[in-house]
Amino acid sequence: MKTIEVDNLSKQYVLGETRANSLRDAFRNFIRKPLGNSKKNELWALKDISFDVKDGETLGIIGRNGAGKSTLLKILSRITKPTSGSARIHGRVASLLEVGTGFHNELTGRENIFLNGAILGMRRSEIETKFDEIVAFSEVEQFLDTPVKHYSTGMYMRLAFAVAAHLEPEILIVDEVLAVGDAEFQKKCLGKMNEVSKTGRTIIFVSHQMGSIAQLCRRSILLEKGRLIMADHTNLVIEHYLNHGKAKLASYTADASATHREMYVQNGTIVNNAGVEQTSFRHDESILINVKCVINRMMQGAELRMVVKDGRGITIFTTDAELSSLNAKSKTFEVDYKIPPNTLRPNTFSIELSLFVPHQHIIESLADLLFFSVFDSGTKYAQSEGVDYGVIFSPCEWAVKQG
Amino acid sequence: MPSDNKQSSIVTRIVPTGSTLGIDWKDYWSHRELLYFLTLRDVRIRYKQTLIGIAWVVLQPVLTTAILTVIFSTFARFETLNVPYPLFVLSGIVIWLFVHTAITITSGSFTNNTNLVTKVYFPRLIVPLASTLACILDLLISLPILIVMMVYFGTGVSWQIVMAPLFLLLAFVQTAAFGIFFSALNVRFRDVKFALPFFLQIWMLASPIFYPVSLLPEKWKIVFAVNPLTGIIEGFRASLFGTAFDWPVIGVSSLSILVILAIALFVFRRMEDDFADLI
Repeated sequence: MKTIEVDNLSKQYVLGETRANSLRDAFRNFIRKPLGNSKKNELWALKDISFDVKDGETLGIIGRNGAGKSTLLKILSRITKPTSGSARIHGRVASLLEVGTGFHNELTGRENIFLNGAILGMRRSEIETKFDEIVAFSEVEQFLDTPVKHYSTGMYMRLAFAVAAHLEPEILIVDEVLAVGDAEFQKKCLGKMNEVSKTGRTIIFVSHQMGSIAQLCRRSILLEKGRLIMADHTNLVIEHYLNHGKAKLASYTADASATHREMYVQNGTIVNNAGVEQTSFRHDESILINVKCVINRMMQGAELRMVVKDGRGITIFTTDAELSSLNAKSKTFEVDYKIPPNTLRPNTFSIELSLFVPHQHIIESLADLLFFSVFDSGTKYAQSEGVDYGVIFSPCEWAVKQG
Repeated sequence: MPSDNKQSSIVTRIVPTGSTLGIDWKDYWSHRELLYFLTLRDVRIRYKQTLIGIAWVVLQPVLTTAILTVIFSTFARFETLNVPYPLFVLSGIVIWLFVHTAITITSGSFTNNTNLVTKVYFPRLIVPLASTLACILDLLISLPILIVMMVYFGTGVSWQIVMAPLFLLLAFVQTAAFGIFFSALNVRFRDVKFALPFFLQIWMLASPIFYPVSLLPEKWKIVFAVNPLTGIIEGFRASLFGTAFDWPVIGVSSLSILVILAIALFVFRRMEDDFADLI
């Protein structure tokens, strides 16, 4: 039984001048139109997407930034309409593209529960029935009649998620909501999602965290630049996503969209000791990451962070390069990171780079930017391949003493 | 199998932009509770922050009336059919302030609720409707002032008072129509908020708020009644003070309201599909 049928869905955005932003511009364009042809800058955020979701299935949507995942969710949630194509959905839909949509700072926790519930499509009677459960789940009983502006971020998130978690739609559409909040909170969210999927409800789930996708979804689709390029078992899709086109992913060059930032990464490459671009490394080889950045305006205290994640999207380590030594007049700078030999065990890894001012401001954040893999060229562990020995070589020392 | 039952219950079809222009009334009916909660939210927020909120609602009509009374009883004396001039002005001001406040606030209702529009689906008309509904409370708070003034001036009340709610309803429909229109326009054209105060000012002067319609030559009255506020305010006054209803004027104004509402809904439907992409 098909719950969702998507048929040739496309969405086009027109960028630039053609969309008037003021009556004055609209008037001017109206005058000009007969004379000059207005230049159109079109972008297909989605192009000819077709797929089905079966009743009770949990489908994952995977893709890099800008692949069209969010646009697809927005169309299926009816927030925006497609340019062409159609979709048919059987059943009551609830979409969670954000937790706490419509929460108002001036209103109390109690008032926000009802408001947010109604916004998410719950009936008043339904909210009343589940009210105690929601409150218990959120753990904010004592502050129920306090305006949420006095809540800590954690309390706010818990309350917001508690409402969402008590939705009982037939179809649930979820975007990255798990990316926010602390580990405890994420665990709670994932647990709840798992619970929901076991009750036979249909779920569409988007996340950058391959671990969560693999855990929740049996089947996934992969989007790339607005096109659906794969629909299969989640493990196969994740593998394809992580391995496919890696040759290209040993380097990154910024496109025009990044250049307006105060500072941005112009170029990033993974190279070996000889300075040659490479994506596959022996375990006993150094891995060098060279990052070139451009400064439009120097942000005091900025740092360049590199996060190395494994194939499941789990962070292995983080290194922050401080930029305080830079000359105030410099327009560019370079950072070289070196991962020493015998650090990472055989696996696929991704690199995330971000420019930020600690505790203040994220200037640029580039997830899943570069990829590389490490293979074992002959440790004693290599003989029993496939056994999980962890992600890093243990720095742990040991000693045996004669008893 | 339970899953078969639920499959037959609701089917949503997603179709391209602009392919339907009808209004899905069933969808609105199923979201009626959201209208209630959004209205409640707007009311709470407006009155929660300060006590000044309520004081302002009371002070505004009183002060405006006082100023207009002083000005016009000095410079121009309008014939107001035995209705004391302050009372005459106040009855118009009460309606005008509702119209003015509600349209001003409602025109920004989408731009002030960006995350609702970009993160969840619901029939969009609910946003301007809730915003206009919330402003009714202002009107309800200012009505007792009118009653106090009527008692003070010793104006009697006739059976016609039962007609008053009808004209308040017309005032609401008209205000909602303008609110819907400007709120949609404001998503696309951000300078609407600069043009709006000017429009409202002209409108106030063109409405019989501090002067009576009887001032005009008979044949011009009907033209004047195309302004919906003419029929609303004249009708409201006739209900309060027991003077004769001017049915042709009220009729033309009512028709005008329907036309404006139809235009507003049409424009809204044309634009709402793109709200989430433009806002």
